[in-house]
Amino acid sequence: MLIPKLQMLDDDLVDQIISEAIAILENPGIRIHNQEALGLLASANAKVDFEAQVAHIPENIIRQALQTAPKEFTLFDLNGNAAVHYYGDKIHFDPGSGGLTIIDSQTERPRSPKTSDYIKFTKLVETLPQIDAQSTSFVCSDVVPEIGDLYRLYLALNYMTKPIITGAFRKDTWWTMKEMLSLVAGGDEALANKPTAVFDVCPSPPLLWSDFTCQNLIDCAHFLIPAQLISMPLAGATAPVTLAGAIVQHTAEDLSGVVIHQLAKAGAPIVWGGSPAIFDMREGSTPMGAVETWMISSAYVQIGKSLGLPTHAYMGMSDAKIIDAQCGLESMGSNFVAALSGANIISGCGMMDLESCLSYEKLVIDAEMIGMVKRFVKGIIVRDDPIALNLMLKSGHKGDFLTLAHTRKWFREEQYLPSDVIDRASFDGWKARGEKSTFERARDRVEKLIPTYQPNKLTDEQRRELREVTIHAANIFGMESLPALPPGA
Amino acid sequence: MTNELFQNMAQSIIDGDSEIALELAQQAVAQGIDPLEAISQGYVIGVNKVGEAFANGDAFLPELVMAGEAMKAAVAVLEPELARRGTERTMLGKVVLCTVEGDIHEIGKTLVGTMLSSAGFKVFDLGVDVPVMKVVEKVREVNADIVAMSALLTTTMVHQKDVIEALEDIGIRSKVKVMVGGAPVTKEWVKQIGADGYSEDAIGAIKVAKQLLGQ
Repeated sequence: MLIPKLQMLDDDLVDQIISEAIAILENPGIRIHNQEALGLLASANAKVDFEAQVAHIPENIIRQALQTAPKEFTLFDLNGNAAVHYYGDKIHFDPGSGGLTIIDSQTERPRSPKTSDYIKFTKLVETLPQIDAQSTSFVCSDVVPEIGDLYRLYLALNYMTKPIITGAFRKDTWWTMKEMLSLVAGGDEALANKPTAVFDVCPSPPLLWSDFTCQNLIDCAHFLIPAQLISMPLAGATAPVTLAGAIVQHTAEDLSGVVIHQLAKAGAPIVWGGSPAIFDMREGSTPMGAVETWMISSAYVQIGKSLGLPTHAYMGMSDAKIIDAQCGLESMGSNFVAALSGANIISGCGMMDLESCLSYEKLVIDAEMIGMVKRFVKGIIVRDDPIALNLMLKSGHKGDFLTLAHTRKWFREEQYLPSDVIDRASFDGWKARGEKSTFERARDRVEKLIPTYQPNKLTDEQRRELREVTIHAANIFGMESLPALPPGA
Repeated sequence: MTNELFQNMAQSIIDGDSEIALELAQQAVAQGIDPLEAISQGYVIGVNKVGEAFANGDAFLPELVMAGEAMKAAVAVLEPELARRGTERTMLGKVVLCTVEGDIHEIGKTLVGTMLSSAGFKVFDLGVDVPVMKVVEKVREVNADIVAMSALLTTTMVHQKDVIEALEDIGIRSKVKVMVGGAPVTKEWVKQIGADGYSEDAIGAIKVAKQLLGQ
C-alpha cells in the first residue's frame, strides 16, 4: 500500500549537503562556549582551540556519533503508556512552545498569559485526541523571569498526562526541571527507562553553541533524557539566503549537536530537529508561514532520516495576528508538508504571530487540521478483497449503502469525523446555528471541552513535593510565594 | 429477568443489530411480555439514546439509520401480537412520505421516514418519483396528519407546490400538515408555497412533526 510522502531532495543532493556540512565542521569548525563540550571533543581527538572556543571536528568523529545515536525511542505518558514513538515516518503533534502572549478569547487580541491561562491551555491539550503531546506552551507573566522555564514544567506536571516537549533557559534551572521529572517518574532510572519529556536544545546560528544550551545537551545525555536539536538558520540573515545553503548550515549545526551529545553519553536518545525560517526581506521578520520555511524544514527532515535519526519540526504555525484566512491557510499548508515529510513530532499547533503567540481557539482549529492530515497520510486502504465487487452485486442498483453493516463497520475509520468547528451544514443549517464564524465555533468548542478534562494521577505528596522544589527555586530569585493553583491540583 | 430483556432490547438498537432486535422481540412474545412495554421500556430507550448521541455529535448517520432499521425489525414482530391482544400502540401521528414526481433521490427521504417511525409516527413511505395524485389519494385514504415531501432538484421542487394545490382542490388541505425537505428547500420556499414546516435534517424533522401536531 502506498503511503503518501514528500521528498524535497534527490539522493545526490542529500549526499552533497551532508558532505559540505561535514567539511564545515572541520573548517571553519563550530564555536562552542562550553568548556565541558570542548574537553569532550579534545579527548576524542578533534582539534580544539580553547582560546577561540572553536572545535574542528573531523569526519570520523561525526560518523562514529551517527553510529551510536539510537534510530528510535519512545516517550511515555505519566501513566506509563507509550505515547510518542520517534521512529521511521510516524508522525505526532504537540503545540508550539515558548509563546509570550495568548489571544484573549473576548477581545481577540494578544495579552500576557498568566498561570490560569497556562493551566487552561494544558487542560485543553489533554482533551484533544488529535494532539499527542504537551509542550511548555508559554511563559507566564506572573512569576519572575528567571524561573519562567521551570515554572512552566511545574504547572504542566500538575495537569498533564501526555508526555511533554520542554526546554530550559539556564544551566541551573535544567537541574530543577530534571528533579521535577524524576520526582514524578519515581527516580532518575525510572525516568531514563520511560522518558516523559524531551528537552529542546538550540544552537545559535551560525555555528555556535552557547554555554547553557550546550550544557543542557550534555546533561540530558548523562541522564538519558531525550534531547531535541533545534538548529534555527535564518536564510538571508544568519544563514545563506539559498534554501540549499540554509539546509547545509542546519545540517552542520545539528551534526555538531549529535557529536557533543554522543561523546557525553553514547547511545543516549537524540532528535534531529529544527526551527529554521527564511528572513522576510520587507519586514525583517522570521515567517513560519512562508512556503520556503516549509521547504527548508521538509528538506532537513529528509536529511535526518537519511542519517537514520528520529526527527522533529517546528511547523503548522501561522504569522497571522488574528484567527483569519491567513491563519488557516499557512497552518494547513505547513501541517501537510510536515506530515508528508514524516517528521516524528511536529510542534506548532495553536501558535501564530511569528512563533510568539498562542490561542486556545487556534489550538482546537488546528486539532481538526491534524485530524485531517493524519487521515491523509494513512492513505487509501484496501479493507476488502474484492474491494467492492460483492457490495456492488448486492447494493449497486439499490443505493442503500447508508443502511449496510459494511458502512457502519468502516465509516469511522475511512472518514475523519470533524467536530462542529468544521462547518459542513447547509446554508440554512449554518444560519439556524447562529451564523457563527470559525473563531466563534472554536471558542464554543473550547468552553465545551474544558469541563471534560480528566485530572492526572499524581499523588498529593508528589504535588506537594513539586511545589516545594518550585518554591525553593523561586526563593533563590527573590520571589517569596507562587501563584495559588486552583483546587483539585 | 424482564428488566434484563428490556436492557438487551435497548442495546440491540444502540448496536443497530436488526437480527438481535428481532430475536429479542420473538422472545418477548414467547414469554407473554406486553409488546407495548417491550417497545416503550426496551427499544424506545435505545432509540432515544442513539438520538441523543447524534445530537451531541457522538453518533453519526449510519448508526442512526441502523438503529431505525433494528427498531423496524422489532416492531414488525411485535405488531401481530399487539393486534392479537386487541391493543394498539399509540402513535404520534400518521405521515405520508414520498420523494416527488420526477425525482428519484431516496436517501434523505428514507432517513426522515426511519427517524419518524423510530420516534413513534406511523409512516406510509410511497417511495420515489411519486405522482401528485397518488400522494393526495394516500393522504385521504389513511386520513394522514402529515404529508412529507422530499425533492433534491430545483426542477422537481415545484411538485411540492402541486401537491399542496391538489390538496386544496379536493378540500382536505386544512386537515393535513405539509412538511417539505431536500437540499434546495429554504424557509422562503416553504413560505412561498404555503407549506407548514421544514427541517434541515432528519433528526430535526421529528421535532418539526411533533410541533406541527401540537405535541
